[in-house]
Parts: sequence; C-alpha cells; structure tokens
Amino acid sequence: MTIKLNSRIPAGPLAEKWDKHRFEMKLVNPANKRKYHVIVVGSGLAGASAAASLSELGYRVSCFCFQDSPRRAHSIAAQGGINAAKNYQNDGDSEWRLFYDTVKGGDFRSREANVYRLAQVSVNIIDQCVAQGVPFAREYGGLLANRSFGGAQVSRTFYARGQTGQQLLLGAYQALEKEIARGGVTMYSRHEMLDLVIVDGKARGIVTRDLVTGTIEAHAADSVVLGTGGYGNVFYLSTNAQGCNVTATYRAYKKGAAFANPCFTQIHPTCIPVAGEHQSKLTLMSESLRNDGRVWVPKKTEDCGKKPGEVAEADRDYYLERKYPSFGNLSPRDIASRAAKEVCDAGRGVGPGGRGVYLDFADAINRLGEHTIRERYGNLFEMYERITDENPYKQPMRIYPAVHYTMGGLWVDYNLMSSIPGLHVIGEANFSDHGANRLGASALMQGLADGYFVLPATIGDYLANAKPDALTVEHPAFREAIDAVNARTAKLLAIGGSRTADSIHKELGHILWEKCGMARNAAGLKEALAAIPKLREEFWTNVRIPGTGGELNQSLEKAGRVADFLEFAELMCTDALQREESCGAHFRQEYQTPDGEAVRNDEDFAYVSAWEYAGEGKAPILNKEPLAFENVHLSTRSYK
Amino acid sequence: MRVFLHVWRQSSANTAGGLVDYEATDVSPDMSFLEMLDVVNQRLIVAGQDPIAFDHDCREGICGSCGMMINGAAHGPMKLTTACQLHMRSFEDGDEIWIEPWRAKAFPVIKDLVVDRSAFDRIIQAGGFISAPTGSAQDGNAIPIAKLDADDAMDAAACIGCGACVAACPNASASLFTAAKITHLGNLPQGQPERMKRALAMVQQMDLETFGGCTLFGECQEACPKGISIDTIARMNRDYLLAAITERKEKAVGGTG
Repeated sequence: MTIKLNSRIPAGPLAEKWDKHRFEMKLVNPANKRKYHVIVVGSGLAGASAAASLSELGYRVSCFCFQDSPRRAHSIAAQGGINAAKNYQNDGDSEWRLFYDTVKGGDFRSREANVYRLAQVSVNIIDQCVAQGVPFAREYGGLLANRSFGGAQVSRTFYARGQTGQQLLLGAYQALEKEIARGGVTMYSRHEMLDLVIVDGKARGIVTRDLVTGTIEAHAADSVVLGTGGYGNVFYLSTNAQGCNVTATYRAYKKGAAFANPCFTQIHPTCIPVAGEHQSKLTLMSESLRNDGRVWVPKKTEDCGKKPGEVAEADRDYYLERKYPSFGNLSPRDIASRAAKEVCDAGRGVGPGGRGVYLDFADAINRLGEHTIRERYGNLFEMYERITDENPYKQPMRIYPAVHYTMGGLWVDYNLMSSIPGLHVIGEANFSDHGANRLGASALMQGLADGYFVLPATIGDYLANAKPDALTVEHPAFREAIDAVNARTAKLLAIGGSRTADSIHKELGHILWEKCGMARNAAGLKEALAAIPKLREEFWTNVRIPGTGGELNQSLEKAGRVADFLEFAELMCTDALQREESCGAHFRQEYQTPDGEAVRNDEDFAYVSAWEYAGEGKAPILNKEPLAFENVHLSTRSYK
Repeated sequence: MRVFLHVWRQSSANTAGGLVDYEATDVSPDMSFLEMLDVVNQRLIVAGQDPIAFDHDCREGICGSCGMMINGAAHGPMKLTTACQLHMRSFEDGDEIWIEPWRAKAFPVIKDLVVDRSAFDRIIQAGGFISAPTGSAQDGNAIPIAKLDADDAMDAAACIGCGACVAACPNASASLFTAAKITHLGNLPQGQPERMKRALAMVQQMDLETFGGCTLFGECQEACPKGISIDTIARMNRDYLLAAITERKEKAVGGTG
C-alpha cells in the first residue's frame, strides 16, 4: 500500500470544526495570489463557482469544459431544488437537522465533519445566489418560497420552477464570464482533459484535446481542481447528459488518486420509463413531484393491462404510503426505487414490459386546482407529454427508476484534496458528503458549497505551502503525458473493427444494470466481473472509429470515454462485491430482512473503501478509511 | 416508418459544404429526432463513413447544445420544443426532411451541423451578470421581491442560449438572446446598480459580433423553444435609450484615505 489516507478532520466539537480550521489554515497574501495558477476542469456548479471564486480572490485560473460553452454543463438539468438550513418556514429546521437528515439519508456512510460543514455553508449559498440574481420562487409577500423533498420532514428546498439547476448554473456561469472578462480566468471550451500530469509527486497540470482541431496540448499549474461530475453513464442509459463521463477522474485514479465507494450509485425513482431499443437517455421527472403525486400500482396483476381510470380506488395499492406511513410518497430515493422494482418484479408494473408505476396527480388537482399544479410543475408536465404523448393532467404519469447520480468518486480529505497532493476534487466528482445515498436537492447544495465556499478557503492552505516555481510544459513529465495520449489515440483509430463504440457501451450498460444495479448479489457480480474483461477485449479488437485525430471527431471522443468506462466498470463491481452489507443505494440481496429491508453491518463495514490503482492487469488495492460517528447514533434507518 | 433526409455536410469551416441524401429506415414514432440521427450515424460508422456531426448533450431540452434547421424551421415544426425533444411522431411515413446548421455570420460552421456560438458567451462577458463577489451577500430574504417581478425575471431567465432566435431571424440578430438577459437581471433589485452599464455594453458587444439589427420581424419569438417574449426587446431598447442619454463618466478611484 502506497496511499496513506489522512482525512485531516479537525479536532474539537463538530459545530466548531470548520471555523477553527479556517483560522488555523495558512493564507496566501493577496499580492502573492496572482503568482499561482490553478487549473479547474469542468464548468458545472462546482467548477464554475470555484473558478469564479478563485479568480475573485486573485488567483490566475484556467477553466476547461468539453461543451461549446461553460453554460451547458450537466448541472443545468437539475430540476427540483437546493436545500438550505434557513428555517424560513419556522418548521423546526436547523443546521443540525440538515446535518442529521443527510447523514441518516446516506445510511451512515459519510463523514460527519464534512456533512456538518455542508449544512453550515448551505445558508450562505442561498444568500450568494440571490445576490447574483437567481430568480428563486417567491411568495406574494416577496420572501423566498420553499418546498419539501424526500428524506426530510421540514420544508427547506429552494427552487426556481422546475429549472433550479439551470438558474443556479447560470448564476455561476455569469460570475465566471465576469471573471473571464476581467482577465482572471482563461476559458477553454470544447477541450477534454485526457490525462493528469504529476511532477515530484504533486499534481502539476493536465493534457487536453482541443475537440475542434484535435490538437493535444499540455497545461502546467500550481494546483489542479477536478469538478468533472459523476460516472452514471457507465450504465449507458441514465439521466446524465450524453457527454458525462468518468475519464478525468479515472485518469487521475490511474495516476495515484484513490477512488472511493465506486459502487454507491443512485437510482432515481421517478424517471420516464424506457420506450424502446433506440433509447439514448432517460429523462428524470423531478422528485418534487412526489410532494403532490401519489405513487400506486394495481393490487391485482390482471388489472395491469387496464387503463388507470378503470382501476377502482379499492383495487389500487399506494405502496409507499402503505409501507412507509410517516414519509409516504416522500421516502428517500433508494427506498422508493427498490419498492418500485419490487412491485414490478411481482408482476404488478404498468406500461410497456410491465416496468412502470403510476404517479398520480388526480387528488392534488382536485384539492388545489389545475392552476396551482401547473404553476408548480408546468414545465415538467409539458416535458412528460412531449416525450410520451400522454397528458399527465388527465391520466397518471408512468415512471420507473433510472440511474441518476453517483455518490462514489475520488477520495478527498476534509480540504477536498485527493490522495495526490495538489489535486483537489469538488462536486459530484468527489465522494465526500452523501454516503451511500444522496437526498434530493443536496447535489446542488454540495456542488456550490465546494465551489463557492470550501475550496476557495482550503486551496490556500495547500498553495501557501507549495511555493510558486518556474515549472512549464517543457518539463519531461508533460512530454511523456502528451506522447502517451497520442499513442492511445493512434491505437484507437487503428483498430478498424466492425462495431461502434455505442453498441459496446450499450452492452456494458446492460451488464451493469442487471448485475450491479438496484439489487446486487455475489454470484451476479462475479458474472459481471467475468463478462467485462471480455467486452473490453471485444472493444480493443473490434471497435470502429472513422476519421482522424486531427479534426472534430465525435466518434473518437465517444470511444475514448467508453474505453475508460470499460475499465472503471470492473472497479465498481469489485467494490460492490467486497461490501457484504446492504446500505443506502447499495442493496446486496444476501443482506436483507424477511420483509425486504436493507441490513447494514456497522461492525465490519463502517468504512470508506478507497481503491488504489496497482498497475495494468493487477487487482486494485483496497484501503479503508474508518468512519467514526461521535455525534449521531448509528440507528437502523427507518422511514416507517 | 421511413424518412428521407437531406443533410448539410461540411467537413470544416473552410471547405465548401452541400446537402447529402440519406434514408432512415425502421424509425419508431417514439424516437426523438436526435435518436433517429443516431441510428443513421451508427450505420455510417459501421460502413466506415464519417457520421453526421451535431451538438447535443442533455437531450431533455435544457442545456441548449442542440440546434438545427429542420425543414427550414429552427428546431423543427413543433412549437416550444428543442430538436432533442422533437419526436418522430411529428412526421409522417415517407416524409422528406431537410436538415441544416444555424445560418448566421456570427455563428461560423465548424463541421456539418456544428456551429461556433461563442459570440453568445462574449455578450454575457460584456455585462450579462450582477457583480456579487462570493462571500459578500446579505441574507436572501433581506430584500423582498414582488412575486410578479420574480416571475417576469424567471420567464426571461429561461433562455437556454441555443441560438434559434438568431437562426430564425432574417437579419441574424441576437436581440432576443441579449434582451432576455437584460430583462432577467433588470427585473430584480439586485440588478439595478449595473442596469444602465449592462444595457450599453451588451448591445455594443452584440453589434461587434456582427449580428444583424432587430427590425421586429418577430421570427425569434416564434422559434424560441423556451417561449421568450419579444417584449424583452422593447425593454432592452428602453434601457439602452435611457442609458445612452444618461450615461455618466466613470470616476477615477484613487487615494488611500
């Protein structure tokens, strides 16, 4: 083992750790900040907010994104909202309660200190976004409105219609553009990071491909920040954008960064079901819909083929309300997803292939009127109708779980630094705050907490200790990295087989969905671990990529990402196999109660699994960071 | 169903392009328009040919990446719908479909249907923001904002920056895009201090980028997948006029006190 995991959690009472730590960290003198160059990869909520905030502090920043504009990062698609412990509703919320809900929602597999800090800065995020002009929903008195989300019994979610992610991202994007105009940030759009460069054991730069010209370039810096999002697209079908990928974090892993909890992948309960073979992505219907929608399936299998209106009230099974009376339709995502799978497996699913359940708004429309429902969810209802050609005001939506978010990610310490000095990881790309299951409206909160408030404070501590030097891309490490990237591109283009990268990706997704999806077991995971290397072999001998490396080549981009997914998938299954317990989104069928609830094993598995790359063809090494719970009682999660 | 495509192919910015014919077979009405193109592309790749390049990412109508002229209409025939959310049930079996990139001097073609829309980023850089450095904000409820003002701001802020307004405009004007941002920020109390400066700078940048002027054809409003109203342009013009006649010189800041 070469990696030493030091979480660097500050000593002292939980609520005082962050303030104390901020005081104890070193500062970089304002006049010296411009001597440091920081690379930020990714321009989503975490990346854009970090790049803008670091530039405001005076650091020289270069920011990279593969999209044609930083405004298009996938954070833009988040619908429902962002949590904050403001307690504007006077309903008993507090930083402590948001902290507790998040730790419990994550099934006690996250770090207490990180989560408490997240709850603390959540209130600053709302203030910051309002100041930037984010048009949050308001009450008639002019004050901010809130709604409820899963896993919480208070109303703490702020929102901008069903486009909260878009509005928060545009706020961060506009701050970023302001800094670009000022000269503090140099933006590289349509650039994809293909490798991390290490010099003297520290992250000192990246290698990128200019997606328009194909030019492979190196960039040197004093520190590298990855805000490159999650790896949900390893499943092929997910709610992620088409371009989302694991490449940046996986390349960092191969250069020595530990990858934590890769098997913790969230399946979102409310997505539009698969319509056919051609399907390229799945579309989320915001969890906020569960505020007013009631989930049900027919009680009898013979009713499943009927129109929903023809199933009598007495013959409907509102299974979430029945099984989890205190949280009902607002049960956490992992629980609601599994419950949907269970009723469909029992033959009571609706729609094509029986893979769907109803989300019914009839009661809410009767109670509140169609106008109110339209005001709350109008854009979501329209989106649903465009995709399915069904009107959800007149008949219930059909929904089914789909891959949505990945709690796993690169391991980071309290300062958000990975196991490679100088490499910081923020937002969905790191593992730190959500444990084994993320609560709704917490991803936006974490991305912005990391980017606006945590990283700008902690990166100074690293930089103050790493004096600026004259390192440039002339250093041999950069040459080597460029050569390696060029060689890999040439290898991909030379295969000249008969299959598309997409078709292989689809096959990979199928394996993972069946064996490492909503429910896993040892036998299935072993089958996946046998099948994945064969598929990888198929890829490297039989994929076909037309065109050259020296032009805009979307097939080449896709193939490079699929190649990394094919390696990463194995790490994910390996992690799922070693975690012999059920916790949060990781449901091992061997570990459940007679009525199908998860059985966690705190005795043996209250740790973060942090995987270390051991070299080509070698099994990865498992490092464990034990999780200590000093402030919450490790209870069996119950939403009944 | 089966459709016949005429697709604009252009290998790079500096080469000539032209329409190439393709046939898409086994098309399901439940497919999205881009999934139909995926199927064509998969076939081209297997045949060793260059697939059709087009920008796309979220495929749920919010990122603004996709955009193409479909039968002469930006994003195709369905109102309030991006190309990725357009479904093949909007077409008939046997239809001919013409697919072209956005056409505008300020949006040069990069390849096939992919165009360079970085001019939009530069318009935002000119002033499409509120300067609120991280950490300096007061409590979010300190300034009440009337619900109708917040709603109007949100209506304008819904712009996804796809460029359909430019592509649909006979003048290739970026007025709707620019006006949407000016309206979003100008409707909020936080946006007032920079309101005049913003209007001048953004309009000036829009002209520098070689977008055409607005002559109120109204095509932009028809093409906009997010329903941004042309009323925003009236507001932009009002702010611009007011700013032009009330412009004040910036003062040199100096002295350490």
